[in-house]
Amino acid sequence: MSAKQTKKKSVATAVRQRTKKSTEAVVKEEKKVAARLIPIYIMGKRYEVPEGLTIMKAMEYAGYMLIRGCGCRGGTCGACGTVYRKPGDYKLMVALACQKTVEPDMYIAQIPFFPANRAAYDFAEVSAAPEEVFKLYPELFRCVACNSCTKACPQGIEVMDAVSALKKGDIAQAAQLSFDCIQCGLCTSRCFGELAQYHMFQLARRIYGARIVPRAEHLAEMVKAINQGKYDRCLDELREAGEDELKKLYQEREIEPISAGEDWKPKDTTHL
Amino acid sequence: MSYLGYPDFFEPYIKKVEQTRPARVEKRKKGEEFPFMSLQERQDMLKYHPDYKDEGRREIKIGPSKGYRIAHEFVDLLEARSRVDPDEVNLSRIDYETDVLIIGGGGAATIAALIAEENGARVLIATKLRHGDANTMMAEGGIQGASKGEKDSPYYHYLDVMGGGHFKNDPDIVAAFVKQAPDALRWLEGLGVMFSKSPDGSLGAMHGGGTCRKRMHYCADLSGMEIMRTVRDEARNKKNIKVLEFSPAVELILNRYGQCAGAVLYNMETEEYLVAKAKALILATGGSGRLHIQGFMTTNHYGATADGIVIGYRAGVPLSFLHTVQYHPTGVVFPEQIEGWLITERFRSEGSDVLNVNGEKFVNEREPRDVESARFIKECLDGKGVPTPTGKVGIWLDSPMLDILHGEGRVRTAFVGKWKVYDRLGIDISKAPMLVYPTLHYQNGGLKDNAECETVVPGLYVAGEVTGGLHGENRLMGNSLMDIVVFGRIAGKNAATFARERARDGELILDHVRAYLKELKEAGIKTDRVAPMLLPDYTTAEVKEKQLTVSRLGTLR
Repeated sequence: MSAKQTKKKSVATAVRQRTKKSTEAVVKEEKKVAARLIPIYIMGKRYEVPEGLTIMKAMEYAGYMLIRGCGCRGGTCGACGTVYRKPGDYKLMVALACQKTVEPDMYIAQIPFFPANRAAYDFAEVSAAPEEVFKLYPELFRCVACNSCTKACPQGIEVMDAVSALKKGDIAQAAQLSFDCIQCGLCTSRCFGELAQYHMFQLARRIYGARIVPRAEHLAEMVKAINQGKYDRCLDELREAGEDELKKLYQEREIEPISAGEDWKPKDTTHL
Repeated sequence: MSYLGYPDFFEPYIKKVEQTRPARVEKRKKGEEFPFMSLQERQDMLKYHPDYKDEGRREIKIGPSKGYRIAHEFVDLLEARSRVDPDEVNLSRIDYETDVLIIGGGGAATIAALIAEENGARVLIATKLRHGDANTMMAEGGIQGASKGEKDSPYYHYLDVMGGGHFKNDPDIVAAFVKQAPDALRWLEGLGVMFSKSPDGSLGAMHGGGTCRKRMHYCADLSGMEIMRTVRDEARNKKNIKVLEFSPAVELILNRYGQCAGAVLYNMETEEYLVAKAKALILATGGSGRLHIQGFMTTNHYGATADGIVIGYRAGVPLSFLHTVQYHPTGVVFPEQIEGWLITERFRSEGSDVLNVNGEKFVNEREPRDVESARFIKECLDGKGVPTPTGKVGIWLDSPMLDILHGEGRVRTAFVGKWKVYDRLGIDISKAPMLVYPTLHYQNGGLKDNAECETVVPGLYVAGEVTGGLHGENRLMGNSLMDIVVFGRIAGKNAATFARERARDGELILDHVRAYLKELKEAGIKTDRVAPMLLPDYTTAEVKEKQLTVSRLGTLR
């Protein structure tokens, strides 16, 4: 064995030893949860895994070390889009691997990346006109309303309705319907018309947030006041205050009641 | 059999919650609160906090913060060897060249990229997973900024930040933060972030733990995701922002003038180490929940493994406030599939009570996070936690109160993300409470910098969770999302300016890595640990026992 190979071996050992503790903790938990093993098929290959695990944890239990297809592990990042099918069922199901628990005999494949079309644009030049979306994504009108996208959404979003809203020029509705889109791309992977719904929705949400919903006037006023130096002096005082002085000021703060309405005003207005 | 979607085991416990609920709702309606602790009581309570367990940490023996006592898991990574032999890296063969190199692909990194590009820099983002795979994407509750001048100002925000951090925070950093927070909100609004607003456009605002005014703004319960995907979308519009995914940095590169001048990147798919040369660098690698400090579960992203701390420390940047880590009071204990998963503080901000096994309140639900967590742990140690069939213990978070207080459907509409995930598991959280326990959530400290995001290494900037100083010893809810926006913008601007005006072109070196390895040896630390970790390893012991390859051969490990 060459010196280089020895080094690599020790690196691998180190990685194993370093993570031993946390791994053992996880394993112990998993064993307690589910002693019964069930068969699943990861890309067609059979493994026995404890029931009750998520697809992601089951893959790790089987020995997979994930680089792709794993992200937040909490259902919000869209990295672990997964398709599966049960024996004897023609229907292709979708899930997030970090959210869906394994079922006996499920055939699993992840779709960690999908090459979808995204149009680049200069946001400063984009107005709230429906044509903006049509111009950037003319394929929008290839939608045949088959509803495959909605069926493929692990978030349960009414994807087709949001696409229809865009076709009708109702950007606000598309933005609202798609708000909890995690951009996993499963809708796009199933689309007959080859639309990249999730990129279109992103555009719609930005147009809605910046061009349709009114801006917060109180925010603009506060920024103006800060830029005029209104709070510079009181912040300097705080910065120079000793710990005891700060603690005193902290404890004397007037707390806005949790049940207070929008019209609540503090008694002390010296630092406003 | 189940009761409201939970196994029968929980039926008697949930019934206790239901029994006490009407009286608790009445108290809420009258504005009666469980009393807050005094500063002294808070201090006393913290002895139950994991940070205060002395056996959980040790002194680090080498580097710029030698002698500092921090969690074993951090010390293990800092007292470790480099992933690469510095002598083997050919620094004259440049694989990528850019003005500003940004390590990390989350909120701070992406926002820094946008502002650096706006200031004329060519930007390269090198990140470990996909662009946007980061804790930012998972932040739920909201983003703090004093925006309502009739009742709030940066003055009160400052006091709250300091009080939360035990008055230890860096005053200059805090002052810059509270002063620039409103403009950061305005900037996000202009990019099209869908804040939850009133019809007239005014921002929805609520309390968080430790706030004296309602200044937590939010985008339903997906605030971080909405911010992250919006800034990422904008970055994708820019020709001069390039992104390298699955390519984390494993060492920083300096030049012979002592400036930071690039990084050694690791393509995790081809296993090549590559040299990226830059005129300035921003470290925005985020946090470290996946180190599972003291065996705690975590709310964090798969990639949260403290990589930036390791490579920044080796390059000479001291540590700051890394002796405290944040345990979020409300991580899921049951159902097990989502164990460790974060339940946003907003459930408490909106009026959900926290309850012990008897369905009784025992703490105000809006104490600062460290105090709240410590109080939960104490209640469970006192035997008043709620048991689970799998041998754990937790505290109830009474979410159904929100539908009663704010109208039917409140939980489902204001907490759509949470509601859906529980619904998939058969539990309707507008009818049944959630069972929670503190979970590893945030790295309060990190690499030391100043209000300009500068470190002791010229040309090396830091932003976001990888830094230490803003939050002192404990961060408040909503200040991490604002942290990444305010300091992402500052880092982006300053790095672009440095690249343009101060960067010098000199020979690239890794001498600091050699010196660090020498120091390791001289301190008598014999180890085959390597760092940064890059990804956690959840392979089971049974599988590992059979992974017997003696070395890498051909295409297989």
